[in-house]
Amino acid sequence: MRVNMTVNGRPYEADDVWEGESLLYVLRERLGLPGSKNACEQGECGSCTVRLDGVPVCACLVAAGQAEGSEVVTVEGLADHARQRSGEAAGAVCPGEPEEGHPGTPGTTRHPEPTRPGQVAPLAPVQQAFIDAGAVQCGFCTPGLLVTADELLERNPDPSDADIREALSGNLCRCTGYEKILDAVRLAAARTGEAV
Amino acid sequence: MDFLRPAGWEEALAAKAEHPTAVPIAGGTDVMVEINFDHRRPEYLLDLTRVAELAEWEATDRTVRLGAGVPYTRIIEELRTELPGLALAAHTVGSPQIRNRGTVGGNLGAASPAGDAHPALLAAGAEVEVASVRGTRRIPVEEFFTGVKRHVLEPDELIRAVHIRRADGPQQFSKVGTRNAMVIAVCAFAVALHPRTRTVRTGIGSAAPTPVRAREAEEFLGAALDEGGFWDSGAPLDPSVVRRFVELCAGACRPIDDVRGTAAYRRHAVGVMARRTLGWTWEAYREGEGRTAQCA
Amino acid sequence: MAADRTASAPATLTQATGATRGTVGESTPRPDGTLKVTGEFAYSSDLWHEDMLWGFTLRSPYAHAAIRSVDTAEALALPGVYAVMTHDDLPAGTHYGLEIHDQPVLAKDRVRFHGEPVAIVAADHPETARRAAARIAVEYEELPLVVDEATATAPDAPLLHPGRRDHHASHVPHPNIVHRQPIRRGDVAAARARADVVVRRDYEVGMQDQAFLGPESGLAVPAEDGGVDLYIATQWLHVDRDQLAPVLGLPADKVRLTLSGVGGAFGAREDLSMQAHACLLALRTGRPVKIVYNRYESFFGHVHRHPAKLTYEHGATRDGTLLYVQCRIVLDGGAYASSSPAVVGNAASLSIGPYVVGNVDVEAIALYSNNPPCGAMRGFGAVQACFAYEAQMDAVAAELGLDPVEFRQRNAMSQGATMPTGQLVDSPAPVAELLRRVKALPMPPERDWEAAGGPVDVRALPGGLSNTTHGEAVVRGVGYAVGIKNVGFSEGFDDYSTARIRLEVIGGEPVALVHTAMAEVGQGGVTVHTQIARTELGVDRVTLHPADTRVGSAGSTSASRQTYMTGGAVKHACEAVRAEVLRRGRERFGASHPAWAEPERLRLEDGKVVTDGGEVIGDLAGILGDEAIDLEREFRHRPTEPFDLRTGQGFGHVQYSFCAHRAVVEVDTELGLVKVVELAAAQDVGKAINPLSVVGQIHGGSTQGLGLAVMEEIVVSRDGARVRNPSFTDYLIPTILDTPAMPVEVLELADDNAPYGLRGVGEAPTLSSTPAVVAAIRAATGRPLKRVPVRPEHLTGG
Repeated sequence: MRVNMTVNGRPYEADDVWEGESLLYVLRERLGLPGSKNACEQGECGSCTVRLDGVPVCACLVAAGQAEGSEVVTVEGLADHARQRSGEAAGAVCPGEPEEGHPGTPGTTRHPEPTRPGQVAPLAPVQQAFIDAGAVQCGFCTPGLLVTADELLERNPDPSDADIREALSGNLCRCTGYEKILDAVRLAAARTGEAV
Repeated sequence: MDFLRPAGWEEALAAKAEHPTAVPIAGGTDVMVEINFDHRRPEYLLDLTRVAELAEWEATDRTVRLGAGVPYTRIIEELRTELPGLALAAHTVGSPQIRNRGTVGGNLGAASPAGDAHPALLAAGAEVEVASVRGTRRIPVEEFFTGVKRHVLEPDELIRAVHIRRADGPQQFSKVGTRNAMVIAVCAFAVALHPRTRTVRTGIGSAAPTPVRAREAEEFLGAALDEGGFWDSGAPLDPSVVRRFVELCAGACRPIDDVRGTAAYRRHAVGVMARRTLGWTWEAYREGEGRTAQCA
Repeated sequence: MAADRTASAPATLTQATGATRGTVGESTPRPDGTLKVTGEFAYSSDLWHEDMLWGFTLRSPYAHAAIRSVDTAEALALPGVYAVMTHDDLPAGTHYGLEIHDQPVLAKDRVRFHGEPVAIVAADHPETARRAAARIAVEYEELPLVVDEATATAPDAPLLHPGRRDHHASHVPHPNIVHRQPIRRGDVAAARARADVVVRRDYEVGMQDQAFLGPESGLAVPAEDGGVDLYIATQWLHVDRDQLAPVLGLPADKVRLTLSGVGGAFGAREDLSMQAHACLLALRTGRPVKIVYNRYESFFGHVHRHPAKLTYEHGATRDGTLLYVQCRIVLDGGAYASSSPAVVGNAASLSIGPYVVGNVDVEAIALYSNNPPCGAMRGFGAVQACFAYEAQMDAVAAELGLDPVEFRQRNAMSQGATMPTGQLVDSPAPVAELLRRVKALPMPPERDWEAAGGPVDVRALPGGLSNTTHGEAVVRGVGYAVGIKNVGFSEGFDDYSTARIRLEVIGGEPVALVHTAMAEVGQGGVTVHTQIARTELGVDRVTLHPADTRVGSAGSTSASRQTYMTGGAVKHACEAVRAEVLRRGRERFGASHPAWAEPERLRLEDGKVVTDGGEVIGDLAGILGDEAIDLEREFRHRPTEPFDLRTGQGFGHVQYSFCAHRAVVEVDTELGLVKVVELAAAQDVGKAINPLSVVGQIHGGSTQGLGLAVMEEIVVSRDGARVRNPSFTDYLIPTILDTPAMPVEVLELADDNAPYGLRGVGEAPTLSSTPAVVAAIRAATGRPLKRVPVRPEHLTGG
């Protein structure tokens, strides 16, 4: 079957999709967006967390056909997503960060062209905080954690530790013991708070 | 495999009538796991996420009609007052991501003895509204399950909604898992006080081939509360009454040993949860929750 | 989007090449950090190649069976299927193994464990490959099972590997015993006669899984020269290659491996998994073949931590001096040897812990059985022993009426102590100090669930969101433990690593390229290499070459050894490059300054040559011009020797590493649910090359130990030796709600034998975490708890 969706602001179309395929498979193997990770395929690890019409979900448990016509945000689009959000929040004050033509900006091309390594695009606050706090080791859980944490901070800019733990309780990490991940989310919240 | 995408409820029923082997999929939190792990290769997948009416709930005086496709997260956020037991149970389901997708309709359709919603539905009192092109029927939730992962639905039927009694008193839900989050129930227990009818109802999960009520325990406690005038007095419960209630709840279990826990532990844990949740609900009742309405 | 995908290399292969700043001792951020947070870092499962096929493995549903027939005709007939291979289709070697080549690439006439590979398929879609595998008809005849020591050594026991000819075969008491290592020192019988207190108990450790998050995967691309290029997530590229080449019938130089992104390892990627299968299918079909295990298959695709049964007897005098330890450790190695012999050596030599005991009688064995193969996992034999000896230390202390920490400190080893193997501990061993430090930390607040003053916060209670207690029956307990782990490969293994450093001027600036075959599995070795190169060469810009087999072996990313070994190799190679810089400088500018004649007085700093007096006498750009320096060097740690097969005596280990934990738990004593409230650690790391990474290792290791303490176990059915919980639904690892605050105290007492004085960090925290948590649960419940993981029913008696 054919599936159409908007991912990270760009329209995509996938053909010859087997009906049993998940959104995760389509993203990774058909749309060239392997950032979302496949670690369990049963909704027990959160590594494939994406935003589906704004809601964090395990992409491995969304049938490809269910994503038809939906808006998906993956880790690859997180920086843009955060930038647009902060643009919206600060829109009245500082209009028009020159987004047009910027690599990775939605709408500039209909053909997906992943940012090449070496091109330095600004990171979302939560991405930068994960690097700075040492929350990344093997990094396999990182994309899912980032999408989840970013959504938490969108909903709750000043979460308590218990709130962070609850929000991230569906994202397994095997390397870090989570301490530095907590640090990272606290750091991202603090930085975002300062910036506002 | 074919993927059916009905845009509305009538269309969904027609599709199910035409393809009775079609497997309904909503949040995908059960069905997709089976497909990903090659446990299941249905001929048709029937996607219900486009059927808008399934994702709605409406409350009347006495009941909430909960669309089969309302995700757990919305139950937690929107129905905490009307359905406190179910909201507590919903909060123990999987992870935030799973709660964003998973639905009570899906939980019923999977009919796992470990389904988190089931004990809460049993305790609150609920009827499952199922429909087909032939018509609609309502099945009391205690009659819905027929065995491990089996239920009474006919091949052409779909779950439309669950009619759940609005809470008229305190409700509680507890679940034992071997992890502090994202865990399948080793066993679970729900209790609901119904001051309006002066009854107590319970639900037990993962301790028998199907979710069950501890009916003897309910009847015993109901009688003891009535006879002792507890509903009116709000007096502390007699320890011997609690003890007997706990015994009867544990006795209602027909658990097995499996990789998640032993039968003996399950029986024991159901007893502990029965005592604690009864304590919490009765304490809340004594402090006024549900009593004001009762006295008025 | 496929425009730049060429036939020779996967286009999506992205590796850490970024430059970050920072020298040795700084918390430099990861060079691959940006790629990892943007989703661009290419893990082995992310690779894609034009015309790529998908491989799939058919596995045995039985733990022990004869294969009567295999029929692949129906599978081959399925459209989209390009190859189906069985044992009979193997072109060359048929077996592989890390130490003993006893594992079939594909089972021939017998399967020995549940999940053993029997056939492989290549097809154009993973679902096609799965359907084809389901059409392969295999006729099995079940055989009697070997599941434990009794069934392994019974008179009529089936032999897992009849006619064994490996180098352990001659000294083991039974052919179903992989290896046996005794250790004898002093006179246990005499010591027993003098003991005031004797404690003898049995312990058991369940089978733990590494449960890395990125399942086994890789991409094999057939090359025009008849060879194969394999892009792979592994722990040791060269040992993979050395096992693959004979199986593929190719010379080693035609089997080229490049490290792809690795989603964690923890020992599970030491053995081959899909490597040979992907290469075989690629060579057979002439097309690139990708194999990606899902989580279910991953549980069958790699070895696990050896489950163990341990019997310990400790004797002590009334004043709290340990007199002797007698113990027997039975490790279940499962169907194939993997690294069982080395695990036995570790378990035996580290069996009594970081204590001074004059009289020791130890026996450790590993069994062959029909259980899942077991091998390397973080802690490697020392974990199992530590659980038992630390439980014993608490038990003896209790018998003596002594404080458990004080009792440990009284018997703790320190520098200059002698191991039961006779080896002198010749570098710092601050065991008592580590215990003192964790004990001195402030206690976490009590009844935190009431902290806010509002309603109970169940997230802070045992059971968490499951709402099982609002404080009822919750009892706090505190426990301590300390452990000892060896660093590096032991027992006479020729352990070395290789680094190639290229120093050149690019855009007027000196740039160092570091090329090693070290497997970055998440530990941060890549960060450390940039720090070392920056420190040694005084350059700002350091880039990393992808790890591959075009440079010499780096050895395995295991045994806490990579910072020591490949870090050491990078340092060593940098020193050689620096010497060459100074030689060239002397050659060209020697006349300009007398200091050129005394290279030992010179250092490289900020791209300049600087004297010990701080005078700048040259710059790298000028010295190098357009002539790069490109040198490869090997680095070895000091030699070790094997343990004597009868007495266990020998200088067997390179270095020891120590960590202590204090665990604070709250237990719902009625339901048997545990909340670890805090897990504090103190560890001596010699020198923290990257303090942030060091703490990250300690946190991660501690958490894996916590998992073993309270939830993690692969359950194997007693009747069929089948894995009952191969999924993340039933094999549970700690979530963020199970993992407490983990304060860490880091000591830096230099080991003069090691580069920068560093001490391997990764494994020690995994050892003592488990017994500390269990000790705390014992303190809360009063139950003996002789088995991990502790399950709720162990705490309720149910």
